[in-house]
Amino acid sequence: MAESPPLRPVGPRRPIRRLIAWVDERFPLTETVEAHATKYHAPKNFNFWYYFGVLATVVLGMQLLTGVWLTMSYVPSAEEAFASVEYIMRDVEYGHIIRYLHSTGASAFFVVVYLHMFRGLAYGSYRKPRELVWLIGMAIFLTLMAEGFFGYLLPWGNMSYWGAQVIVSLVGAVPFVGADLMEWVRGDYLMSGITLNRFFALHVVALPLALVGLVFVHIVALHRVGSNNPDGVEIKDNKDEHGVPVDGIPFHPYYTVHDFQATVGFLFVFCAVVFFAPEMFGYFLEKPNFEQADPLKTPDLIAPVWYYTPFYSMLRATTFPLFGLEARFWGLVVMVAAILMPAVLPWLDRSPVKSIRYKGLASKVMLAAFVASVFVLGYLGTVHTTPLTTALAQVFTAIYFAYFLLMPWYTRVEKTKKPPERLT
Amino acid sequence: MNVAVRAMPGRGRLALAILAGMAAAVPALAATDVRLDPFDPDLTDKPSLQRGMALFANYCLGCHSLKFQRYERTADDLGIPHDVALRNLIFTGQAIGGLMETSMPAEGAKNWFGVPPPDLTMVDRVRGTAWVYNMLKGFYVDEKRPFGVNNRVFENIAMPHVLIGLQGVPEVECRGKKAANILADRSRILEKDPAARRVREDNCSWTRVVPGTGAYSAAEFDQAAKDIANFLHYVGDPGRLERRRIGYWVLGFLAGLFVLATLLNREYWKDVH
Ligand code: HEC
Ligand code: HEM
Repeated sequence: MAESPPLRPVGPRRPIRRLIAWVDERFPLTETVEAHATKYHAPKNFNFWYYFGVLATVVLGMQLLTGVWLTMSYVPSAEEAFASVEYIMRDVEYGHIIRYLHSTGASAFFVVVYLHMFRGLAYGSYRKPRELVWLIGMAIFLTLMAEGFFGYLLPWGNMSYWGAQVIVSLVGAVPFVGADLMEWVRGDYLMSGITLNRFFALHVVALPLALVGLVFVHIVALHRVGSNNPDGVEIKDNKDEHGVPVDGIPFHPYYTVHDFQATVGFLFVFCAVVFFAPEMFGYFLEKPNFEQADPLKTPDLIAPVWYYTPFYSMLRATTFPLFGLEARFWGLVVMVAAILMPAVLPWLDRSPVKSIRYKGLASKVMLAAFVASVFVLGYLGTVHTTPLTTALAQVFTAIYFAYFLLMPWYTRVEKTKKPPERLT
Repeated sequence: MNVAVRAMPGRGRLALAILAGMAAAVPALAATDVRLDPFDPDLTDKPSLQRGMALFANYCLGCHSLKFQRYERTADDLGIPHDVALRNLIFTGQAIGGLMETSMPAEGAKNWFGVPPPDLTMVDRVRGTAWVYNMLKGFYVDEKRPFGVNNRVFENIAMPHVLIGLQGVPEVECRGKKAANILADRSRILEKDPAARRVREDNCSWTRVVPGTGAYSAAEFDQAAKDIANFLHYVGDPGRLERRRIGYWVLGFLAGLFVLATLLNREYWKDVH
């Protein structure tokens, strides 16, 4: 084979190199890029479930962007909110697309975050040394739920109104201070324009700011300890002579091209919904919300948007008073407990292995039962209650909690497989 | 597709509303399931939409507003020249850029009908696509009602049958006996009452138009109802066609980009083992 001509060294040309050097003296640019991308080593065996962190970041960016544009035409007042949304839908150029990107984005956010959290459950990502990554994730999750809740009131549709009414009235069930607390939250004796205005402030300024900050520290914390992977084996336990994990590959370019591909695939599905089925058959946009809020007209069925329904089901399933406190209060307690439960996972899991691949049968059965309970409860939260659905919801609430509360026991007694030395 | 909808909740909503709000539970509004005839809107059928708009302007806009929708946008989307729209469709003296408001004063309306005629901009989205079509065809003569008519899908509706001149007088027709709706009478089934299964009731769910009373034939009236429903479907979300058009381009672009991204990814990952 003929000798090939000498290659020009790869990398930026001289003027650009000098600019970078100039910046580097004043800001840790190259250092940051290397530490978090080109010399940050991630396990080489990421699978499907590892896309959702990036996708959540993509959706967050999209929500911020479309949100800014919506805010340009939205009017946060009880008299004009509904009309201003219809104004965006009809009179603003491409307003309908911007709005549907945002409304579909809200649901997409929960889809990717739920899948992201499921990955954590399956591969034991919450365990040492990633407890803090997980706890920050939980803070993100709570903030996200609040963000969605406040945002849902803004169009001032009838379901916005009654949904918020139902949830806000829950704090009224808190003993002694309930009534005052409720008034404090609403800023009024009933849901009103004042409530709408404070929800707007929280939705548009306070919580997005909190989300961005939390996501930032989430990733900083993750890069400190490094990612887990489907085998649940620490790549940092096996390094070569340069201190590079033998099963790690540089995040850039390998995972940037990987994630780019996933992002495009995700956007395809996402846009198919935005452009062709933005209501998603009433699951993403509920029918009664096309009617302006009317305090005198209760929707036939008050159901929250799908991403809250598992928890809403548990709330409704709590039908008995206890210790002299009304059932409604205990429903609130059960619901809040269910939402917070995953936060203690790092201290509930006693298994010698992290990943579900090497855990025993009990863990697999319990994880499957947990997922089933979320789906069943999610469905039950969208329909009218009957004695049968209430009983079902009670059973599945028990299963939901059993996954967590029995974990210290079943992860210790089951027979686990030995994880491999190297990644598979 | 047959869609079952909840019929209108009755009056006394206030008490129910307060109860429901306080109980944080689903309100138990007595709702009957009504079968609706299927209706498939077609937004590409411009002539139908144009006829629908004309019928709406002539027969409905006097009572019902479309207060979020503008004449100009509508005329443009439906391919109606502005001067034609101004001459034939705008009776309120408004400019073409105006919202499609009604000239009826809200207060008076409340006194005349008991309920002010609701804005219909989004009735199609709130009630479902088949609703308006079925409601328009659901009127029948009922002397007990203030306007002399009742409605099969919207019981005790407070709206007169404004299209009676087109349809003709729709009389109730009974065709023999049919098995009673024993499902509706759960208690008797639970008591295992053998008689429950033998109950028959008059099968009066048919309508017969008195010949010679309407300007339209049955087929023409059916088409008119479809045109109005089609138009209201358009008004509910006028961006549908634009989204569909742009949507194909967006998905095509993303599909192409996905192929490129896949090839790029494969190229890089070749050397990862
Ligand atoms: C004379 C005034 C009047 C005219 C004209 C009129 N309506 Fe109505 N309409 C009413 C009233 C009043 C109601 C409220 C009925 C009720 O709530 O019981 C109503 C209710 C409705 C509803 C039900 C809304 C809902 O919440 O489901 C629809 C649909 C409707 N009208 C369509 C039409 C159409 C289409 C036309 C034209 C063909 C029309 N109306 C003409 C007075 C009118
Ligand atoms: C706005 C929402 C969120 C964003 C943008 C986000 C972003 C990310 C990103 C980019 C990663 C690295 C890529 C990956 O592993 O997928 C990651 C990892 C992780 N996230 Fe999140 N996250 C979000 C919410 C959450 C939530 C709600 C939790 C759990 C309660 C969570 C827990 C974790 C954990 C444990 C990891 C490490 C996973 C592993 O290494 O196996 N995150 N996150």
